[in-house]
Amino acid sequence: MLPEAIEVMTEELAQLGNPSSLHNAGRRARRVVEESREQIAEVLNARPSEVVFTSGGTEADNLAVKGLYWARREADPARRLILVTSVEHHAVLDSVGWLSRHEGAETGWLDVDSQGMLRPDALRAAIEPDPGRVALVSVMWANNEVGAVLPIAELAEVAHDYGIVFHSDAVQAAAQLPVDFGCSGVDALTVTGHKLGGPVGVGALLLRRGTEPVPVLHGGGQERDVRSGTLDAPAIRAFATAVVISAERREAEAKRLTVLRDDLIRQVTEAVPDAVLNGPPPGPDRLPGNAHFSFPGCEGDALLMLLDAKGIACSTGSACTAGVAQPSHVLLAMGADEDRARGSLRFSLGRTSTQEDVDALGASIGEAVDRARRAASR
Amino acid sequence: MTSLRVLAALSGGVDSATAAARAAEAGHEVTAVHLALSANPSSYRTGARGCCTLEDARDARRAADVIGIPFYVWDMAERFHRDVIEDFVAEYAAGRTPNPCVRCNEKIKFAAVLDRALALGFDAVCTGHHARLENGLLRRSVDNGKDQSYVLAVLTRDQLAHSMFPLGDTTKEQVRAEAARRGLGVADKPDSHDVCFIADGDTRGFLARHLGEAPGPIVDSSGAPVGTHDGAYAFTVGQRRGLRLDHPAADGRPRYVLGIEPVSRTVTVGPAEELEVRDITAQRPVWTGCAPLTEPRDCEVQLRAHGEVYPCEARLDGDALQITLREPARGVATGQTAVLYDADTVLGSATITATRVTANA
Repeated sequence: MLPEAIEVMTEELAQLGNPSSLHNAGRRARRVVEESREQIAEVLNARPSEVVFTSGGTEADNLAVKGLYWARREADPARRLILVTSVEHHAVLDSVGWLSRHEGAETGWLDVDSQGMLRPDALRAAIEPDPGRVALVSVMWANNEVGAVLPIAELAEVAHDYGIVFHSDAVQAAAQLPVDFGCSGVDALTVTGHKLGGPVGVGALLLRRGTEPVPVLHGGGQERDVRSGTLDAPAIRAFATAVVISAERREAEAKRLTVLRDDLIRQVTEAVPDAVLNGPPPGPDRLPGNAHFSFPGCEGDALLMLLDAKGIACSTGSACTAGVAQPSHVLLAMGADEDRARGSLRFSLGRTSTQEDVDALGASIGEAVDRARRAASR
Repeated sequence: MTSLRVLAALSGGVDSATAAARAAEAGHEVTAVHLALSANPSSYRTGARGCCTLEDARDARRAADVIGIPFYVWDMAERFHRDVIEDFVAEYAAGRTPNPCVRCNEKIKFAAVLDRALALGFDAVCTGHHARLENGLLRRSVDNGKDQSYVLAVLTRDQLAHSMFPLGDTTKEQVRAEAARRGLGVADKPDSHDVCFIADGDTRGFLARHLGEAPGPIVDSSGAPVGTHDGAYAFTVGQRRGLRLDHPAADGRPRYVLGIEPVSRTVTVGPAEELEVRDITAQRPVWTGCAPLTEPRDCEVQLRAHGEVYPCEARLDGDALQITLREPARGVATGQTAVLYDADTVLGSATITATRVTANA
């Protein structure tokens, strides 16, 4: 967490107040929440009333996918089809899966290419056969595993040509790319605190005026009845602080990360010449801090263990699928076979990453890959 | 003491957790691994699950966190299915009585897991087995009731050279007390019983599902038919229960399974005396406590897990270990492991392939 975010959160924790209450302490807390809302709205180019606080990205995705599906279907029972890419985060994919098993939804898969990219005409082709059947489209702003930056504004435009609601999970993108809710045309946008140097446990769903999901959480009617539950003022204040600071530093940080990441790629490919970089080539189509490799002949989980033992943290799939090694659904969607998907590792660079971190990886990766290859051959 | 890179296998139970804690305290660089051994989609949505339950996997992770060591899950489900479960079923189909824990130690824990560990730079695999390992010699645990040297006796010298059993000098009760002291929440967790991959304990049902109905005759030792059965795999030598006989024996005494012939699916039964064997042949011997026998040796043999020991003479006849008991034993089943002991030190082990009432000429 950013030290500034920790500081304001700590300060706020010492105050007691339910932002929904009418008394003095409550009013103070509410002021903190509303100021935070305004700060976040300003950075993301939204109206304050378009910001709905949640407990994080997963909840925001659930509210968007389920809530908008239910709302659209209620307005027009023919709308059952949900169009999603096959590389979405599980918070989106599993929500869609649940809706298809329990709520009569159908899933239309938007196929990404071998670099993880989705082209607007692919979306158009999926909508065109029967636009009246589509309840919503959900496409992530940037992919957290292979770093592909998707053409969100163009995709949203395609959806709007047919009057279809468009949601985008910008959890990964918000820290490293300029995310402009207003200009993007997106109807619903997910962001989360902990990816921006804010606390875990708080996030937001931005909802364009007129986009009203059916609530997932019922209760006290907070957040204009859209999301009930007492607001966590300390976390929200820290979230807003993190959003503001990360926006201020974003451009410089993106440049710094790009340099580090490109050097990481160079060092890894020098140490392991047959390592394959997954995702788009470094450039505007790829998140500045993201690198993702397949190491032929290795199992990613063995490599991860070996690197972890050297103090180098990386990931085989997204964190939520850790435990028993699973082949990455993102890589499989990009057309990789299971072996390649299993032998992959993501290296993400962020605010605290340094040249030393990259050098440590460069120094260890060759030997780690050798050992992992030997282990795999048993 | 040299600090070793140790891979501690954590099942989620109190023994393996305490063993790992001891290894870490002793100054070794310990990494914990939980083995996902069974593929059961209904209880673990994303693939393989731990050998017992998801709760065990979580308990293992929690123990690792308390000890302060890294924790991973290794998916060995496919190999386990092939080397342990399929072997279990095949052995029963062949009229023998397997011990899957022995097979798991032999093929998975101290083979597949150990091989992978060594390839990844570890020096040893540590488990919570109750046994002592000193200078390459395997000895019974101080806790005779919990001793597991029997199921470890199948390990070779090389496997033992890369193994660690920190609990051998401690009783089970003391282990639980120590676990509690160390803050390991599993201190009170009950031990798991039976076969780990048969969750409901119904071995007969499990085998029936895999082998189907395979009816056949039950005969006495003269060959005369005395009943029928639905599957010879439901029986093991020495068994008395579950026999569907047309009428009681002439002398009114109980009858026991003497043997199973898998091709004709014939189960032979007889009175208790006919269960007695004095002469046992076992194959594929493994020697750890002594060199392969060049001449007959007096020692003791244990013929099943938690079974008694019998004084015997053991001699090596080519690849076959011939064991002659001083006093006859009852209910010796082929497929089980014969483990030779000298006092409480394991000399070696082999798999029982034949038994005879009288000594071999």
